[in-house]
Amino acid sequence: MATNMNHRIRRHSLKGLHFFGLFSAMMVLCVPGLWIVLNSFRPTVEIMAKPPVWIPNELNLDHYRAMFGGIGEGGVPVLTYFTNSLIISVTSTVIAILIGMAGGYAFARYKFKFKGGVFVALMVTRAVPGVALSLPLFIIFARVGIIDTHLGMVMAYVALNVPFTIWLIDGFFRQVPPELAEAAEIDGCTRWQAFWRVEFPVARSGIASAGIFAFLTSWNEYALASQLTRSTTSKTMPVGLLDFTSEFTLNWGGMCALAVLMIIPALILTFLVQKHLIAGLTFGGVKG
Amino acid sequence: MANVTLRNVVKKYGVLEVVHSINLEIADSEFVVLVGPSGCGKSTTLRMVAGLEAISGGEVQIGGRVVNDLPPRERNISMVFQNYALYPHMTVRENLGFSLKVAKQAQPVIDDAVDKAAEILSLTPLLDRKPGALSGGQRQRVAMGRAIVRHPEVFLFDEPLSNLDAKLRTQMRVEIKKLHQKLKSTIIYVTHDQVEAMTLADRIVIMRDGHIEQVGTPLEVFENPLNTFVATFIGSPPMNLLDAVVKDGKLAFSDGTLIAIPPGYSLAEGQPVTFGVRADNIMPVGHALPHGEHMAEVEMEVNLTEPLGTETLLFSVLAGKEVQAKMFNPRPVQTGERMTFQIMLDKCHLFDAETGAALKR
Repeated sequence: MATNMNHRIRRHSLKGLHFFGLFSAMMVLCVPGLWIVLNSFRPTVEIMAKPPVWIPNELNLDHYRAMFGGIGEGGVPVLTYFTNSLIISVTSTVIAILIGMAGGYAFARYKFKFKGGVFVALMVTRAVPGVALSLPLFIIFARVGIIDTHLGMVMAYVALNVPFTIWLIDGFFRQVPPELAEAAEIDGCTRWQAFWRVEFPVARSGIASAGIFAFLTSWNEYALASQLTRSTTSKTMPVGLLDFTSEFTLNWGGMCALAVLMIIPALILTFLVQKHLIAGLTFGGVKG
Repeated sequence: MANVTLRNVVKKYGVLEVVHSINLEIADSEFVVLVGPSGCGKSTTLRMVAGLEAISGGEVQIGGRVVNDLPPRERNISMVFQNYALYPHMTVRENLGFSLKVAKQAQPVIDDAVDKAAEILSLTPLLDRKPGALSGGQRQRVAMGRAIVRHPEVFLFDEPLSNLDAKLRTQMRVEIKKLHQKLKSTIIYVTHDQVEAMTLADRIVIMRDGHIEQVGTPLEVFENPLNTFVATFIGSPPMNLLDAVVKDGKLAFSDGTLIAIPPGYSLAEGQPVTFGVRADNIMPVGHALPHGEHMAEVEMEVNLTEPLGTETLLFSVLAGKEVQAKMFNPRPVQTGERMTFQIMLDKCHLFDAETGAALKR
């Protein structure tokens, strides 16, 4: 009887500890985000208050109004930055996914010379920090004349994302049994049709999750963008945040407001493909 | 429907040759089973017929047409895979109709063909499910349905039953045989299970190490194996093989046991041979089936028994080799019991001791 009781107590206390651990982890993850959202809605005085004010006294849209306002009133070209970010991220993601699919499929299905070596080389590029490349990239881009252009940014992000998408998509295609494509070929498909009608739909979830990762990387990237973009023609949103800094002051409220605008599309996208994302990361379920 | 011809077909992976110049004629609407242990080249051969593996040498003909360089879709074949290879993102209906859809058939035609195939395989209630929601046997039937939907000239089966449990395997075996009788199609079927081969085949092709060891009807290969490999591979339990030497017109085993030479063989004095007898033909006295007049008797100790109901398998040792015997109308047997066994010499086989090839009667 006593041991039974002991076990029950232990189980309950473990459950409590478990819950507490999860709660603390979520706190650490969420509080900065919440703080940003909160700050974007309240006056600068309250943001700067010490000790910090947790429960806001007043919420307003002043920072947003100012951000979209004219130049003199602390306004920044939000829409231009947003468009730049969108064009650069979407284009580079689409290209990275197309290359990733071709490369991932090749690594998963075909045998070729130096396969292992090429794969390792691709992965090694991930070990080089992006910032380390910013100066060489800057010089090359400046010489070629694609500094401060969408094209330049797209190229940089494609290069940044391709090794990762290849690696992810290779893993997903590896889990699609090769017999599926063979069955499709026997059912009358060409090699190309077999890929698009059978293998691609089966690996779709995985490819979608690779796409999300690539998109978020480009959307959030700051280090390279801050070097390679100069003006409103190509500045992305993370770089745009710097517009709120001036020589002696930091406009925290405005910065937070722009940050919120930046988070929203990423959140929406993640929610939209959440189903695919989970299905993609727990792939085993689709095996026939 | 069509006949299939393999002429000197070779498969090489780099320098490694895995199928050595195979010749095989498969008649129209014949059910041929390729059987052999793993790695004997049977699946590779099938995949060469399907067009999934390149042919390194020789010629494959389907319906009199050389298909060596044709892609699978132009060979008018269909194939059932070991792991079924159902398209997981499509319903059963879409799986069945896929080949017709690829061929751009009109929707009513597809529906009609799918319904017919579904009826033959009793899949109608499952048509709107996805493969993930089916049991192993149901998936197997869908895979077969997908193969029959578009009336190919040749059906290829690659170990289609090996992922099923024993009971289901027996059921599906019967269904496949019925299907063949109904469709009268040419079937090439690959398996490593000799029972499947025996029960299904019109003709069995026994392969080993990329060579064909013997081709024949199930009874031919069972009754007249061409060598010791076929003798032990076909039939369950495998044929007992014992080394013997001809001595004074009798066969002498290494422990000195002497038995008469099976009738019909002419052997030289001192010739080493391998003596083969199936468990069905070595029976304890009093528990034997009716038999011919040529008999030999040996005494052995029973080490192990396997009661199977109508008969009991007895495991003994003779001349250092394990021997399995069958006891009909069985009675309980104690381990260690010594029994006298009768060997039906008419049904025994002799093989060359060195090459393993069957000796002519």
